[in-house]
Amino acid sequence: MSDAFRTASGGRIDRARRLAFTFDGRALTGFAGDTLASALIANGVHLVGRSFKYHRPRGIMSAGSDEPNALVTVIRDRARQAPNLRATQVEIYEGLTAISQNRWPSLDFDIGGINDRVSPLLPAGFYYKTFMWPRGFWEKVYEPRIRAAAGLGRVPEGPDPDRYLQRNAHCEVLVIGSGPAGLAAALAAAESGGRVILCDEQNEMGGSLIADHTSSIAGKPAAVWVAETLAQLTAMPRVTLLPRTTAFGYYPHNHLGLVERVTDHLATPDPGQPRERLWQVRAKEVVLASGAIERPLTFPDNDRPGIMLADAAHAYVTRYGAIPGGRAVLATANDSGYRAALALHEAGVEIAAVADLRQAPSGDWLDAARRAGLLVETGATVTGTTGRMRLASVSLARVDGEGGVGGTREIGCDLLLMAGGWTPSVHLFSQSLGKLRFDETLQAYVPGAAPQRIRVAGAAAGIYDLGSALDSGFSAGAAAAGGDGKRNFVVVAAAADTGSVLGSLPHDRDPTKVRAFVDFQNDSTAKDLKLAVREGFRSVEHVKRYTTTGMATDQGKTSNMPMLGILSEAQGKTIPEVGFTTFRPPYTPTTFGNFAGTARGEQFDPVRRTPTHAWAVSQGAVFEDVGLWKRARYFPQRGEDMHAAVLRECRAVRAGVGIFDGSTLGKIEVVGPDAAEFMNRMYVNPWTKLGTGRCRYGIMLREDGFVMDDGVVGRLAPDRFHVTTTTGGAAAVLNMMEDYLQTEWPDLRVWLTSATEQWAVIAVQGPAARAVLEPLVEGIDLSAVALPHMALAEGTICGVPTRLFRVSFTGELGFEINVPSDYGQAVWEAVYAAGIPHGITPYGTESMHVLRAEKGFIIVGQETDGTVTPDDAGLTWAVGKAKPDFVGKRSLSRSGMMDANRKQLVGLMSADNVTVLEEGVQIVADPNQPVPMSVLGHVTSSYLSPSLGHPIALALLAGGRARHGETLHVPMPGGRSIAVQVVPPVFYDPEGTRLNG
Amino acid sequence: MLLIPCPYCGERPELEFRYGGQAHIARPENPAALSEEDWAGFLYMRDNEKGVHAERWRHVHGCARFFNVVRDTTTDRILGSYKAGETRPETLR
Repeated sequence: MSDAFRTASGGRIDRARRLAFTFDGRALTGFAGDTLASALIANGVHLVGRSFKYHRPRGIMSAGSDEPNALVTVIRDRARQAPNLRATQVEIYEGLTAISQNRWPSLDFDIGGINDRVSPLLPAGFYYKTFMWPRGFWEKVYEPRIRAAAGLGRVPEGPDPDRYLQRNAHCEVLVIGSGPAGLAAALAAAESGGRVILCDEQNEMGGSLIADHTSSIAGKPAAVWVAETLAQLTAMPRVTLLPRTTAFGYYPHNHLGLVERVTDHLATPDPGQPRERLWQVRAKEVVLASGAIERPLTFPDNDRPGIMLADAAHAYVTRYGAIPGGRAVLATANDSGYRAALALHEAGVEIAAVADLRQAPSGDWLDAARRAGLLVETGATVTGTTGRMRLASVSLARVDGEGGVGGTREIGCDLLLMAGGWTPSVHLFSQSLGKLRFDETLQAYVPGAAPQRIRVAGAAAGIYDLGSALDSGFSAGAAAAGGDGKRNFVVVAAAADTGSVLGSLPHDRDPTKVRAFVDFQNDSTAKDLKLAVREGFRSVEHVKRYTTTGMATDQGKTSNMPMLGILSEAQGKTIPEVGFTTFRPPYTPTTFGNFAGTARGEQFDPVRRTPTHAWAVSQGAVFEDVGLWKRARYFPQRGEDMHAAVLRECRAVRAGVGIFDGSTLGKIEVVGPDAAEFMNRMYVNPWTKLGTGRCRYGIMLREDGFVMDDGVVGRLAPDRFHVTTTTGGAAAVLNMMEDYLQTEWPDLRVWLTSATEQWAVIAVQGPAARAVLEPLVEGIDLSAVALPHMALAEGTICGVPTRLFRVSFTGELGFEINVPSDYGQAVWEAVYAAGIPHGITPYGTESMHVLRAEKGFIIVGQETDGTVTPDDAGLTWAVGKAKPDFVGKRSLSRSGMMDANRKQLVGLMSADNVTVLEEGVQIVADPNQPVPMSVLGHVTSSYLSPSLGHPIALALLAGGRARHGETLHVPMPGGRSIAVQVVPPVFYDPEGTRLNG
Repeated sequence: MLLIPCPYCGERPELEFRYGGQAHIARPENPAALSEEDWAGFLYMRDNEKGVHAERWRHVHGCARFFNVVRDTTTDRILGSYKAGETRPETLR
């Protein structure tokens, strides 16, 4: 049964290796070398899928990556289900399981087929026109149903278990496509001795020559020449051959993306091999030999299973020995259609008729067809077809030169071959930003000027004749390698022809009743395109988007040129006047795995861990991501949630002592004779008079006057500053410092060094902090007199050199111990042990946030949003007003920056003393004002204060400092609002006595 | 991915660099002397060149230097590069 539609012999399949596979549960067999499409054809299966929008039964139209219809899902196991694969590119293996898509309950009986009957309701852009009322139905009713009914395959559930690898490669010449032009180019380029990569999307190299058994090259049958050439290339160590490898993207500076499918064709993939390998190739020169794609014809009902491109049918018979029908009709606009008809005829397929669209064709192929006894009608066309699940008949009619149609007759057949001419595959050339030129003779776009190092050869350049294609490939390859080699290949091949059609074929049917498909995958028709033009769409880019023509997963490989032809007719413009749509990567659908490579899971992003990470893990800390850092958020004890843990941690800091890991703070060492001057220019603060051993809270602005970063800066020596930045701002601060130093003030003798990773920072905060540390330090007097708030000292702690800062982000007596990172955990553990008698409590970022909010300390990025000035944040005291200039100073005196009604930092207390506001909520004066309300500001931080026992919030409020004491309102969903009182932003110990203790 | 010629390190892939905006926007010597309009012009106004454009790049994952590149924004072709502080060579106009 399985071989009922096989030729007796021949082709590139291995008839000794029979492979079992299933399609929609049906057990079938094929041979090694088959694609799923060829194996289905050999089994007489022609209904392969349902179309995207109308659920029309569809079959196999092409034999390559241009296939719009035969999309299938291939299932290996639960996690390995690849949807939307082109059956024409899926190689079968023993046990392959494939299913059809977009049908329910089955391919033969598909409920969604109703869409085909109601198609008048679904014209181009229907979603903009119908289904608009009643309002609200779109989101809840129409769209979900339309989405469910439309579409492609389903994505697998669960993570992808396969591995994907990536590698970089460099070569002198990259040749894309291994047909005659590509092979000749690789040959010529390889002779130069440079590195050559030759890739091809197919499993077998040779392109159009694989299925060509009528031509000969250099006195040998084409297949023999291919085999010898490949053997020659394989033997050259500097040549890399990559079959099953699609060049999908052409990026700037000859950077190309290639995806190699390594294991998809294997029944039992080697677990050591990746599923796919991404090749990022930087090629000095590229030769594009990507061939040409045959054009379908646009006539009514041109989409039935059994309607196929002529060249595809030729490939099925000659390459795969698969017979696509019993009785065939050819509709052709050129000679190459005859080649397919003759090959089928030889394989025993009855050719019922040949409809040649040309009025007076002639030539070798026509003669050969007539000699073979084929019935050729010239000046003939197809006006329609019948057959629901498979083609049953076609209507042929005569056309006169003026487009008149008559003498229609119906011919029974199960196969219709379309030969509408050729479209060069210029996608990658176009991606390389190459300009396309319309060739009137070929009626096709061909490559023009190229801004990158690319040459195009063979059919991709519109050179269809075999001898010329080989010659063009050879000279392109030689030139790409820097030579001027030429070769005249002696070939025996039928002359190539250039006949083609664009636009829809004339017919005598009711134009309102018939549909001629242009984009088969997106179900857009000639009628849709004409409707778009009538509705006023002019730009081809707009028509494309409105009708979705060319926007399916095949990117319009078979539909772009027919679309341009129809628009040309409908708009009364020439093809170049109609314009051209843009090709973008990828050339064919490419897996996300390919792009992700190994950057997934733990490898997705680098993870930065602080020196005390392992200790925090051992204490059961809950972590949060801050940039790439893992920071301990809180340390829950048995049964505690975050709220309970934070309450306990905060109280411990206020009453005794807490320990906190601040290692993620950015640290920059600013060194040099001009360090103070540099700091004066970079920060708003004055630095000249800051004494050695003293610290200052620094604020950095952008040149536009808005707060960019903040942090404590310590002066270690007259020429040395220890600058800290926010955790997230470290890289940007260093970048900005370097920018000014290198480009604006290169005369300053200053050197900048990032020291973030060199120092572990252990914050010990609370009234007992001094008592904990005193026994551990040597050479440092911790007394309030010797080391007051905002002072620093160098010495040792636990025998380790330290920079010890007396600073506080909690409002308590506090120290920040900087020790070299390698000693971080050891010192931390020693401090912790020494603190146990004092009840030392580790606290995390959540408690840190609460403690600083109680003190009204801002966090850059929380209280600031890129529009906050130092004055807005209540930090005018920090600005060195006597300084002539600093980054951002001029902006601070712009009129808008001095407006008294700017948003200013304030505190808020809920009037009920119970409700904790949500961060981000808006503040208004009148809660009863209709929407849209006049917003005065928003809440930036909000917590339940453990120290005060009531909610506190920080907010940015228009003219806020003048509003202390006012009652305002926070409107909430549902018409409710919360009354709040405006207060100063420092809630706890406003005099700072604890901090100075 | 662009191949960027760092004047210190040679050609390197774009991944190693960070873009730095239009080149030759010098910070005014005395910002306080500028009118609001002139200062706003320095802060915000940049050419949006279709064609040859001088721009700054920083080899942040290499030598960490800022430098200038002349690039054609329509084709991404790089005409050349030169160090920060140098005037744009006549050959790169």
